[in-house]
Amino acid sequence: MSPFFTNPDVALGSKLLEILYILCGLVCIYAGVKNAKDKENPSRLGTAIFWIILGVVMTLGRYIPNKVNGVLVFLMVIPAVIGKVKPGKSNVATPEKQLADYKKIGMKIFIPALLIGIFALIFAFIKGVSSLVGMGVGVIIGVIVLKMFNPENKAKTFMDDSERFLSIIGPVCLLPCLLGVLGKIFTVAGVGDVISSLVGNIIPEGNLAVGIIVYAIGMMLFTMIMGNAFAAITVMTVGIGAPFVFALGADPALCGMLALTCGYCGTLLTPMAANFNIVPVAILEMNDKWGVIKKQAIPAFSILAFQIVYMLLFGM
Amino acid sequence: MNYLVLLGVLIVIVGFALKLDSILIIMVAAIVTAITGHMGLGGLLETFGATFVGSRYMNVFLIVLVLTGTLERNGLRHAAAELIGKVKGATPSHVLGTYSVIRGALGAFNVGLGGVAGFTRPVLMPMCEGSIESKGIEPNKEHMEHVKGMASGVENIVWFFTQVLFIGGSGALLVKGAMEGIGYSVELPKLAAVEIPVAIFAVVFEIVYYNILDKGYMKKYYGDKLKSNK
Repeated sequence: MSPFFTNPDVALGSKLLEILYILCGLVCIYAGVKNAKDKENPSRLGTAIFWIILGVVMTLGRYIPNKVNGVLVFLMVIPAVIGKVKPGKSNVATPEKQLADYKKIGMKIFIPALLIGIFALIFAFIKGVSSLVGMGVGVIIGVIVLKMFNPENKAKTFMDDSERFLSIIGPVCLLPCLLGVLGKIFTVAGVGDVISSLVGNIIPEGNLAVGIIVYAIGMMLFTMIMGNAFAAITVMTVGIGAPFVFALGADPALCGMLALTCGYCGTLLTPMAANFNIVPVAILEMNDKWGVIKKQAIPAFSILAFQIVYMLLFGM
Repeated sequence: MNYLVLLGVLIVIVGFALKLDSILIIMVAAIVTAITGHMGLGGLLETFGATFVGSRYMNVFLIVLVLTGTLERNGLRHAAAELIGKVKGATPSHVLGTYSVIRGALGAFNVGLGGVAGFTRPVLMPMCEGSIESKGIEPNKEHMEHVKGMASGVENIVWFFTQVLFIGGSGALLVKGAMEGIGYSVELPKLAAVEIPVAIFAVVFEIVYYNILDKGYMKKYYGDKLKSNK
């Protein structure tokens, strides 16, 4: 297909991950085609455009020029924003049918469910291969095992059921990657430098305790804006950490690392971290969009306070 | 300093505060920041395409749905509910507490059980519901909404603060790089070691906090029924 998969210089782990993206993309394309043919879907065109383009970018994104990918992303966003991505006919199994299947299979139905975690664990010990790949392998083997347990499960059953789930989640599927894009655009435009220079202006010179507190809270706030502590840590460490914390003799390992986990407290609080806080709301079919963040607020502030005290006691 | 680039940040904050459509907010903020940051249309499309493709790892949960959907069809929920029914006196907070410990132990190896799509929805939530049903009570919808929030909280909190115990995890590598950039050399095992007290505090706090919350919910939603059962 292209030099990527046959190129010996590309690490095996990257190739396996790419295969995983291709499979995810095919799941999306299947959902798009199914909805395009579904006469009960109130918005066949918009729904199909959304899922098929998402699938194409997931599957072929590596081979498509970046600018074309950019245009594709803009195109798939249109049906999502105007509310034209809708679920079609649902083939959900009745509770009676579920119970009957369970009686047939028994407790061993847990085996395929746990295979995801087991393979993720096994792959964690293989150097250079992401445990995400292990998760994917666990899914594939889990599907085979579940088919053996219940021969009524055809390939179509698995695909239709995945489509049902995609439709439950809907356009929210797009959020994690889109927020990744926004974070990148913020970084390229220099938002981080502006914020850290603004924050730097308000810190009194030469007071390490104040420096640590501002560094910690700054990491939390900046992570909330970027949706991701990884996007915040370098900018904050250069802008605030270096002049106001480490130059005054703070422990580099302790304060440097804890700054990151102060950022994680911010991740718990922001809708910008959609994969952690918004996608679960969709997958679990919750009513309150903020339902996850609300349950994380008190832990987030408490863990932040603990870390500040820890740094003030042992990091100075 | 180009303070205009903060306009995008302002759009995000105001947009979420006004509860506008998330995707719309992101697109507007991205376009405005691209304009104020002088990225040009080409730069905007280039960044959109390259970063979106580079962020595909966040969508890997989609593959899990291929298995989860059919597991539900085949009655995994019933298995989970029946299993928890064998544990006398179990409540959702016991289920979540036990899961917290398991997730924390696995998190230190940088491994998950399948995430919200692969584990929380098909296994954990049915167990929480089953723990109520085994008392002969119908689970209250509002209560289950709270439990879903807490189950996701366990998923996130325990993961964030135990995964940093994994020596050489991606977060520690980033910190090491940032610290070296400003002239300090730090060792990866030390970066994991300093997080031990934070990890313990985070997991214990989460377990105790959700336990207290759920005790309140149990009383609020089933108080009378629980008493009459005794």
